Amino acid sequence: MGEQQIRNFSINFGPQHPAAHGVLRLVLELDGEVVERVDPHIGLLHRGTEKLIESKTYLQSVPYFDRLDYVAPMNQEHAFCLAVERLLGISVPRRAQLIRVLYAEIGRILSHLLNVTTQAMDVGALTPPLWGFEEREKLMIFYERASGSRMHAAYFRPGGVRLDLPPDLIDDIDAWCDPFLKVLDDLDVLFIGNRIFKQRNVDIGVVSLEECWAWGFSGVMVRGSGAAWDLRKAQPYECYEEMDFDIPVGRNGDNYDRQVIRMEEMRQSVRIMKQCIAKLREPAGQGPVSTMDGKIAPPRRGEMKRSMEALIHHFKLYTEGFHVPEGDIYAAVEAPKGEFGVYLVADGTNKPYRCKIRAPGFAHLQAMDHMNRGHMLADVSAILGSLDIVFGEVDR
Amino acid sequence: MPVLLDETLKQLGEAIQNALPGAVTGWKLAFGDLSIEAEAAQIVPVLTRLRDDAQFGFVSFIDICGVDYPAREKRFDVVYHLLSPKLNLRVRVKVQTDEVTPVPSAISVFPAANWFEREAYDMYGILFSGHPDLRRILTDYGFEGYPLRKDFPTTGFVEVRWDEEQKRVVYEPVRLTQEFRSFDFLSPWEGTDYVLPGDEKAKQA
Repeated sequence: MGEQQIRNFSINFGPQHPAAHGVLRLVLELDGEVVERVDPHIGLLHRGTEKLIESKTYLQSVPYFDRLDYVAPMNQEHAFCLAVERLLGISVPRRAQLIRVLYAEIGRILSHLLNVTTQAMDVGALTPPLWGFEEREKLMIFYERASGSRMHAAYFRPGGVRLDLPPDLIDDIDAWCDPFLKVLDDLDVLFIGNRIFKQRNVDIGVVSLEECWAWGFSGVMVRGSGAAWDLRKAQPYECYEEMDFDIPVGRNGDNYDRQVIRMEEMRQSVRIMKQCIAKLREPAGQGPVSTMDGKIAPPRRGEMKRSMEALIHHFKLYTEGFHVPEGDIYAAVEAPKGEFGVYLVADGTNKPYRCKIRAPGFAHLQAMDHMNRGHMLADVSAILGSLDIVFGEVDR
Repeated sequence: MPVLLDETLKQLGEAIQNALPGAVTGWKLAFGDLSIEAEAAQIVPVLTRLRDDAQFGFVSFIDICGVDYPAREKRFDVVYHLLSPKLNLRVRVKVQTDEVTPVPSAISVFPAANWFEREAYDMYGILFSGHPDLRRILTDYGFEGYPLRKDFPTTGFVEVRWDEEQKRVVYEPVRLTQEFRSFDFLSPWEGTDYVLPGDEKAKQA
C-alpha cells in the first residue's frame, strides 16, 4: 500500500435536528471527530419581516416583533415601541412603565427557562425541560390574561400598553414568585451541579472578552466572559433605574458560566418583578397605562360611545395611523438573549421607511465557526445551546 | 440627564471629526443619537480609529445595514452602529454608495461584520470589496433580485408549492387571487389619485 489519501469528512447537521433549536442547517467539516469548519446556513425561516413592516403603519408593525424571538415576545415589542416613542418625543405614564418592566422580566424568565433546560437536554438530560415547561406554562397564562394571547401578545404599544392589568392578575403573579424561587433551587440541584452537565459544559466554547466585543456579542455572552455590561444598568430605559437588582458575571467565558448566569438572572428577574408588583399597588403606581395624547394612543371603548372626538381619533388611528417625524433612531433593549436593537428610519409618513432589526442571535450564531473549531462533534450542540439561538429572530 | 448626554455627544462628534479629517465629512445629533457621515472609501480607517483610539474605545460591534433611497444618485446608505462600553455611548457611521461601487469590507476591523455585510448584499445588492465569502445569506438558494430595494415588490416574483405529480417543490410566477392591498391614507381628505369604479365618465366631463 502506498500513501493513503486522507480526506476531511463533511456532514449536514439539521435543518431538522432536535438540537438545532429550530431550522438551522450546519455544514460541518470534520477531521475524525474534531470539527475543522462550521458553515451555518440560515434563512430557512426568513419571512421578510423588514420588508413587510415598510408597508404597514407603525401600529400594524408591532405584532411582527412578537414573531421574531417567539420565546420572549414582549421584549422585542419593547425595542420597537421605545424607538417610535423617542422619535415622537412622548413619555410613557408610570404605571405603563411598571407593567412593561414586569412583563419584560416575565419574558426574560420565559426565555432563560427554555434555554437553560433545553441546553441540558442537548447534553443528555431529559427531565429539566419538563420541569421548566411547567413554569413556562404558568407564565404564558399571565401573558394571556394581560393580552389575550399566550405568545403573540401585541401588548406593548407605542405610548404605553394596551390595557391595564386586572388586580387579581397582579396578586397571582405575586403568588407565583416565591414558589418559583423554590423551583429554581430544585433545577439547580437537578442539573447545575450534576457531574455529566459539568463535564459537557465546563471549558467548552470559551470566548475571551475582546473576542466578545469584536464578534458583536451582547447580553449573557458578554457577561459570561467577565464584563458587567447590562443595558438595564448601563443605559437604563423605563423605570429600571429605580429597581434594585444585581448583574451576575462569569469568569471563564465557557458554556457552564453562561448557564449559571442565566439561572441567577432568573432570580434577579423575580426580584425586579416583586418590586414592580409592590410599586403597582402603591398610589403612585396608579393612573393611565398609555399616553393621554389622543393622536397616538386610541381612546377607551366607553369614551368612544360618548365623545365625538374620541370616535374620530379611533377612526383615524386604525385607518391612517399616526405620523412619525422624519429622522432615524437606534433603540435597544436588554432582551434575554442580548442586545435587541431597532434601527428605525422615518420619513414623516404613517409607515416606517426602513426598520432594521438587530437581533442578538444573528451575531452569536455567526461566531459558531470561531467557537467550534477544534472542538469535538458532540460539543457542537452544547455550544449551540449555550448561545441561546431562536430562529425567529436570526432569520427575521 | 439628556442635556448632559447631548453635550457629551456633541464633544464626541467634534473629537471624531478632528481625529479623522478628510474621512469624516460631517456629524449630526438628532433624537439623542450621534450620527457621523464618512467617505465610503475611508470606512476601514474610520472604524479602526474609532475602535483603537483610547478616547473613543468603540470596541463593540453592533450592526451594519443598508438603506435604499432610489431617488438619490448614490442610492444606498450603509449604516454602521458601534458601541463604546468604556464611554457608555453609541455612534452611527453612515457612508453612501451605489449599485456598482463596492464599499471596503470591515471584516479586518470587526470579524462580526461578515454576516452583516452578507445580509446587506443579499437584501440590497451592496457590494463589499475584500469580503472573503460574499454569498447570499437569508434568501432561498438560487434566489434572484434584492428584496429590500424599494423597487422590489412586497409580493416578490416567484412562489413555491409542492407538486404532487412531480414529487418535488416547484417554483412558479406569483399569482395573487386578490390584488395586493396597499391603501393610501396619507391625505384622505384630499381625495384619491386613482379613478373610483363608476367615476370614469365624470373624470372625462
